[in-house]
Amino acid sequence: MSSDQFQTGRLTQFRELLERSDAALVLTAMAAFYLLFLGIGAILNYDVAGLISILGQVTFFTAVYALIVLALNLHWGYAGLFNIGIAGFMAVGVYTMAMLTAPPTGSPPGLGLPVAVGIVGGMLAAALVGLVTALPALRLRADYLAIVTVAISEIIRLTYNSPAFSTFTLPGGIALGTGGASGIGTVPSNPVQAIYYVDPSSAASGTTPIGAAIFGFFEAVFGVVRSAVIVDLTYGLVLAVVVFLVYTLLARVGNSPFGRVLKAIREDEVVAKSLGKDTNRFKIKTFMLGCALMGLAGVLWQGFGTGAVYPQAFRPELTFYIFIAVIIGGAGSNTGSVLGGAVFANLLFLLPQYLPNIIEQTFSIQADPNNFIAAVGPIAAGEIAPLLGYILNQRLPALRFVFVGVLLVYLMQNRPEGLLGHRTETAAAVNLSEGHTAAEQTGSDLTAPEGGVDDE
Amino acid sequence: MELYARGRHLLRDQPGLVVVAVATLLLVGDLLGKLLGDGLTAARFGGFVWDGLVIGLLIGLAGIGLSLTYSILGFANFAHGDYISWGAFSGWAVAYLLAGIDRYAAGGLLLIGAGDGPAPGDVGVSITNTPLSIVAGLVVAVGFTVGISLLIDRAVYRPIRDADGITLLIASIGVAFALRYLIVFFFYSGRQGVTDISRVPSYDIGGVVINAHELTIVVIALVLMVGVHLLLQRSKLGKAMRAMADNRDLAQVTGIPVEGVIRTTWILGGGLAGAAGYLVVLTQGTIAYDLGWLLLLLIFAAVIMGGIGSVYGAIVGGLVIGLASRLSLIWLTGDLSSFAEPVAFGLMIFVLLFRPEGIFGGVSTA
Repeated sequence: MSSDQFQTGRLTQFRELLERSDAALVLTAMAAFYLLFLGIGAILNYDVAGLISILGQVTFFTAVYALIVLALNLHWGYAGLFNIGIAGFMAVGVYTMAMLTAPPTGSPPGLGLPVAVGIVGGMLAAALVGLVTALPALRLRADYLAIVTVAISEIIRLTYNSPAFSTFTLPGGIALGTGGASGIGTVPSNPVQAIYYVDPSSAASGTTPIGAAIFGFFEAVFGVVRSAVIVDLTYGLVLAVVVFLVYTLLARVGNSPFGRVLKAIREDEVVAKSLGKDTNRFKIKTFMLGCALMGLAGVLWQGFGTGAVYPQAFRPELTFYIFIAVIIGGAGSNTGSVLGGAVFANLLFLLPQYLPNIIEQTFSIQADPNNFIAAVGPIAAGEIAPLLGYILNQRLPALRFVFVGVLLVYLMQNRPEGLLGHRTETAAAVNLSEGHTAAEQTGSDLTAPEGGVDDE
Repeated sequence: MELYARGRHLLRDQPGLVVVAVATLLLVGDLLGKLLGDGLTAARFGGFVWDGLVIGLLIGLAGIGLSLTYSILGFANFAHGDYISWGAFSGWAVAYLLAGIDRYAAGGLLLIGAGDGPAPGDVGVSITNTPLSIVAGLVVAVGFTVGISLLIDRAVYRPIRDADGITLLIASIGVAFALRYLIVFFFYSGRQGVTDISRVPSYDIGGVVINAHELTIVVIALVLMVGVHLLLQRSKLGKAMRAMADNRDLAQVTGIPVEGVIRTTWILGGGLAGAAGYLVVLTQGTIAYDLGWLLLLLIFAAVIMGGIGSVYGAIVGGLVIGLASRLSLIWLTGDLSSFAEPVAFGLMIFVLLFRPEGIFGGVSTA
């Protein structure tokens, strides 16, 4: 019993450290994820380039999920707006960027504008669509808002998917297009490539001085020669910086007078109204800001990250992934959002992609039946391998979704506030909770001597 | 002068109504013009109406359950579409098995042709060729879906019965994910043919081609709807449901067995969803794991249009949505035909914005 108490004491201490410092919390989690995936790479006998690639993937997916979850947290966690049309707003951002920047000679033709114009344009377009959605829809009950936003996101996707706008001509005679169901393949190359290559669109072109230096460093230290994995890792790190900037922006917004009103609206809209706040204006502004960030996340993820834009990427499933991530992290906490994004991206998205390889390598499963009956039939004869082979080789992605669904139900039943949701900030600028500092001190004063006395 | 004042009031108080009225008048006028001119033949128009009726009845049938659970349990069930899909898969697995067991191995039949299973043309399922297996499949579809909706209610919703609507809604999204991908786990992820189209007789009625499967759907859907009507009118169930939707605590105090009514609601709603899913495959001829999910938004549209909680509203709403999505094809020709669904979603958003209590206004259960 005494060692139990001691351990609990240490655990509490560690937890308190993590609670005091958000940076420590996020860095601890990321370090754990990096270690996990390096371990996976080692088990799978990856070479150094492979390990860098896996680190780049971890960074990329963590960053994009963190970014989009932060944007959703602004809607749901701060203003209580139940928006499940995220995929649609991302699509508007990416498509606008792609249509503005794709070369005019391509198929479908674009406007050929600089990438920066495309990014800003994408964010503005997403914010505008957000405004059009928000103006009428914010009066609605939360569940109606949910249905309206998911319907709008489907209308957006079906519009981009429609052959009607695959190419069209603007009044000025300028041709433009969405590419219909096959999307836009001529998205401008990842801006990070400009750091490394003289011609950003071609890895075969010459290397810039900075690129030469970094490539040289990797070649000398790790023996990795001028590889695309280095560029990908760089992009991941750039995204991490973007996440940090957005986090800072949102933290400032949250602590500003504007953010206090938002939290007040979330807690009790009538109170906020009766204090003379025009709550609808606040909600609309928040909705637009969140949508702009969703547009940005779309551009950075589906635009530059994958290099091609197509409508099927924006099915409502995407929205629900992001919702699961925000629920894991806990709505209302920005740090929770980043963590939730990281947990979802690494454990629920990336890990299942490597899992079958590891299991197969460890247990050398050869069977690969292509239907369920062929998989369970041999069990009668005591053979379990066909079922395992079926699960691992054929149906692991499906089982991942089943698991995600069950997890969501579990969270709603047992921990609807998420990992960090209990830290939901109050609307007041100072902490008003009863005896806030006093309670914390007495708490630690009480536990520390008790644990110590029992142990000694 | 008074007319002018009333008109101004109407425009201010109900801008949505005015817009709808004007748009409807314009569309009806244009439709008449097209019908009288040579833009649209009567047969083509009749074809659209028939297609709209068939899909509308199915949406209405599935919508009854969604509407009941929405009003009585107080949340939008995003898993309803996947109950529909499970109804389709469970029912057709059995229909396939019964139709082909004399010639093929049971495994491939039960998986509706997964892997190396027999092709639809070989099994030859159709209402005229294998009527018994089709009926048996329908019964299984209803029974199976009732089973899973009761099971899920017990495991998922009952422990958080008193949670707010959004918590339940999110939980239902989790259920939707799990159910949908369990279908992929057991069956397959693509879209596959099921019925033997070559053995479905069709009849030409005044230029409108009606096939036997569509006729079957209309008959079964109407029978089920009348059944629900009688059940809710002849028993105290309808009244108990209304009381529950109004105030659950009060209903419990009055002596209404709350959990029992909830169970009956799931039985009704799940069973009808399963039947609808099974019948959807009959008209589409193909089956896919996400067929219910694809219908879900249209069903939401119908339920909201008819007024949440109203059984008759859901039926009428389904017909309106079905007809609207098909009749919109009169105007949306060529490349624009892909906008038939967005039109239905747009209608729903419009109703939510301007008449969130539904077009009939506040009519509650049954």
